[in-house]
Amino acid sequence: MAASSERSPPPFPDSEEPELLEDSDEGADAFTGTSISEMDSPSPDSTRPPKDIFNEPLEDIFSDPLSNINSEPQKKVDTKIPSPSSDEVVDLFSDPLDDDSEVISSPEVQNPMPDLLNEPVQAPKSDVLGEPPVHKNAARQQYIFEDPPKGSSKSSSVKKAASAELFGDEDEEDLFKELPKVVTKKPQPLGPPVDVFTEVKSDVKVKPQVKDDPTDLFTEEALTAPAPKPSASSSSSRTNGVHSEEHDLFSEATVELSLDSPRNDRKKKDAVKPSVSAPVAPVASSSSKAPSKTLEELEEEESEDTFDLNISVTNPEKVGDGMNAYMAYKVSTQTSLTMFRSKMFTVRRRFSDFLGLYEKLSEKHSQNGYIVPPPPEKSILGMTKVKVGKEDPSSAEFVERRRAALERYLQRVVSHPSLLQDPDVREFLEKEELPRAVSTQALSGAGFLKMLNKATDAVSKMTIKMNEQDVWFDEKIQDVENEEQHMRKLHIMVESLVNHRKELSGNTAVFAKSVAMLGSSEDNTALSRALSQLAEVEDRIEQIHQEKAANDFFTFSELLADYIRLLGAVKGCFDQRMKAWQRWQDAENMLQKKREAEAKLLWANKPDKLQQAKDEIAEWEAKVTQYEREFERISATVRKEVIRFDKEKARDFKRQIIKYLESLLNSQQQLIKYWEAFLPEAKAIA
Amino acid sequence: VQFGAFQHSCSNKIYLLLVRSVSVDLNNDASLVIDIPDALCERDKVKFTVHTKTTLSSFQKPEFSVPRQHEEFIWLHDTIVETEEYAGLIIPPAPPKPDFEGPREKMHKLGEGESSMTKEEYAKMKQELEAEYLAVFKKTVQVHEVFLQRFSSHPIFRKDRNFQIFLEYDQDLSVRRKNAKEMFGGFFKNMVKSADEVLISGVKEVDEFFEQEKTFLLDYSSKIKDATAKAEKMTRSHKNVADDYNHISGALNSTAADNNTAFKKHLEKYAEVFEKLRKLEDRVASDQELKLTELLRYYTRDIQAAKDLLYRRARALADNENSNKALDKARLKGKDIAQAEENQKQCLQKFDKLSESGKKELTSFKARRVVAFRKNLIEMTELEIKHAKVRRLKCCVYHYMFTRQCSGSHGKPGNLREF
Repeated sequence: MAASSERSPPPFPDSEEPELLEDSDEGADAFTGTSISEMDSPSPDSTRPPKDIFNEPLEDIFSDPLSNINSEPQKKVDTKIPSPSSDEVVDLFSDPLDDDSEVISSPEVQNPMPDLLNEPVQAPKSDVLGEPPVHKNAARQQYIFEDPPKGSSKSSSVKKAASAELFGDEDEEDLFKELPKVVTKKPQPLGPPVDVFTEVKSDVKVKPQVKDDPTDLFTEEALTAPAPKPSASSSSSRTNGVHSEEHDLFSEATVELSLDSPRNDRKKKDAVKPSVSAPVAPVASSSSKAPSKTLEELEEEESEDTFDLNISVTNPEKVGDGMNAYMAYKVSTQTSLTMFRSKMFTVRRRFSDFLGLYEKLSEKHSQNGYIVPPPPEKSILGMTKVKVGKEDPSSAEFVERRRAALERYLQRVVSHPSLLQDPDVREFLEKEELPRAVSTQALSGAGFLKMLNKATDAVSKMTIKMNEQDVWFDEKIQDVENEEQHMRKLHIMVESLVNHRKELSGNTAVFAKSVAMLGSSEDNTALSRALSQLAEVEDRIEQIHQEKAANDFFTFSELLADYIRLLGAVKGCFDQRMKAWQRWQDAENMLQKKREAEAKLLWANKPDKLQQAKDEIAEWEAKVTQYEREFERISATVRKEVIRFDKEKARDFKRQIIKYLESLLNSQQQLIKYWEAFLPEAKAIA
Repeated sequence: VQFGAFQHSCSNKIYLLLVRSVSVDLNNDASLVIDIPDALCERDKVKFTVHTKTTLSSFQKPEFSVPRQHEEFIWLHDTIVETEEYAGLIIPPAPPKPDFEGPREKMHKLGEGESSMTKEEYAKMKQELEAEYLAVFKKTVQVHEVFLQRFSSHPIFRKDRNFQIFLEYDQDLSVRRKNAKEMFGGFFKNMVKSADEVLISGVKEVDEFFEQEKTFLLDYSSKIKDATAKAEKMTRSHKNVADDYNHISGALNSTAADNNTAFKKHLEKYAEVFEKLRKLEDRVASDQELKLTELLRYYTRDIQAAKDLLYRRARALADNENSNKALDKARLKGKDIAQAEENQKQCLQKFDKLSESGKKELTSFKARRVVAFRKNLIEMTELEIKHAKVRRLKCCVYHYMFTRQCSGSHGKPGNLREF
């Protein structure tokens, strides 16, 4: 079937190239990496030898980003101007939220790799055509990994472009993501044509020196864009309050975008970073101008809460013996809040106490539409193992897992402003002895009851057909439903990752043994030695895999498990709101009935009963008003709660991802160490 | 979804990124250079383009290419094995049959799950499948190439007529697949061989070198077989981890697709992080596979070939003993002495020849093995270091990105300095 088969493209010109090609996307990162160090290093022109990136990249990149930030904008301008294509710049602004794939697709940093992996077709083909820049780039990138190129200045323009791109959009999207949205929305009512922005930009490109002359730019801007003037002046007045180097700021802002670009705000923020309270000012002023607060603004505002309460759950200890044994945990609180009696205190609590706290809080606050964080589930199996088993690793893991979960649970409770005020929470944290939580004692009974409740809830949910008037709720309920589905799926996948990682760890250990055996059979001394060294390396790597599995589990899988439970609580809030609505509707119906009854009485001319009917109507009218108000109140609470929840969620995820990356970073560091130690052994084989 | 159709669509895309995993060329002789620059897939058949560049006068042209199938490689191997002359040589092990079972299975799963998967998940699965298909394809081509390079770098094999025909004849060699009878015959031959091995193991070894080699190879062969199996398992689970990353990334993307809050952008970023991790983990796994597992696999087969050589020599040794006995008997009986003498002489000659070339072959085999292990271990280590560095850099970049993003009031300054 010659017709059905197609010939693959001709060979590479030389056999080394494929490898280079494969590396090229890493190369791109090397660029971005370089660019970072460039950006934060005091002088933008001092291109570091790329070798440094690996030897000590962190010192440069992370040494102190904030302190250097002030010098950053100038550099950004410098680097942006030489960028060759106007599309790039437009792209950068029109789509600030795009990621660094933008960087990759920029013409200078031609990078075939993402294609190669995503769609193996295209990349190879482009290669067949023998695009010289690709190869050159690849080769250069290779350098960066292998040995430092001498003529690094040759590639510096590419690097700069890459850095400008990378940081151009990253800054915008990630650092202050919420801000740009808020601000860019504003000019619209004022009606500045979108062209203005591009116009300004193209002007800048024609004369790149413009940044040296801020006044010039102002006139330029005034000429091309009269419309945004009001907002420009408003932002200048804002700037006045915060930043002294106003002129500088303006010139830069104009080079990059028009005056009221989100960058402006961002830079101000950057500039005044050291003081925490200052950044609030522009936000507040912008929100006061906006007619209605957007969700993002709310988030931004709330995120400024200061909160000083540290809770940790430590020292899990088995108390008692046999089936009556239980685990007790040390709950330590550290705070400067005046509502507590002292700044530091610890109590011992057992698992059922935590559950008891939840029961109490749930009873009080759920009906008002609060999201009460759910505690970790009871696990009969895990606990029985702990009770029976002695020093089983799986039960140790169980205990640690539960301890961490309890800690997160408490932290969530106290970080909720309303729940923190609850006397039961304070009591839980402070009081030496708590009355035993009875309801959770007989787990199966309580669990069963809960299940029954849930079942009746589900039935009533089906019978209640609420015609949702509020679009926000309509969408949000659907979103939460979807999100829960996704989180469940995600959780399953992360569990699978954890399991596969454990498997990998086991298999690596087995392989290490096998290689050690092979090494002992090998009759070439150097090779034999190298093989047994390899076995040792693999043994250590097994450890790394194990740590990674724990990392996957504790930072990621557990986070998802928490949020699946929390989303359940959010849904519970929606249900409470629906119940309130139902109550209101029922009252409304009842009132209707009473009115009809009154009309009948009037018709039948029975004045003796009329007064009673009138009383009843008055009573139900009052009830309707009350229930309606209650519904409105609960709606407002739920809404606020959900917004708060979304914000917490984003923050939690970010924190965990950062933690995840840190741990990953650590393991890479170890891997590098191990393999670098092995390399001379391999080379010694002769 | 048909696997054939997929292969067809893939064959457009296939571009062989040949990373030489097993080095065979000890002599850097440019007089006969063979490579397989290109191959194409039809159903479960792979057609390799065998490209030769030579200065040898025994070939008609200095450079030529012919299409060859796996069966023809097997034919070449079998004819060489059957050539009596080569009994004293380690015959390069035949390449294993192209095995597309893995991607085929995945394809099946993909077809089954198409309706229940989100767009993002489907795309991820497809990507995985293509990557795996490509990897198998790459490996297959490579192992066939190495097979030929072993011949071309060998001073005797390179002159073999059948080998030269294989390289030069631009028509189908019209070898067919072995039929059932032949398959059974092969099986039977193996049975006889292993029974024979047991029989002749009683024959006393006269040469210490071979005695040592035999002990070594027997031991080494079982160890390397074990190590290969374990390495295969290890790389497979590594692949699974990479696949999990891929699924997580896909799931994060579909979560982001349904999210309407500011969280969406975060989720997309996280998906990107996991996508990057996937890519890197995948590369670590496939480099390990290519540099380590493939090396072990190859030497498992090569050691078998060396053991076969030992067997042939041991057979000749036994034959020699027997002919000696027969001669003694003939002399005792005074019958057919000349014939027995002739037979004994031939056996001794054959045995001596086998011993001599065997010794050479085994010595060079040892050197070849050490060189190959050295090369692959160095390459693997360098790749591991490189990948770890890239991952470290990635982590740094993302970490920096995320920590700066939350550098507001609750931003924990990353404690990165310690790294």
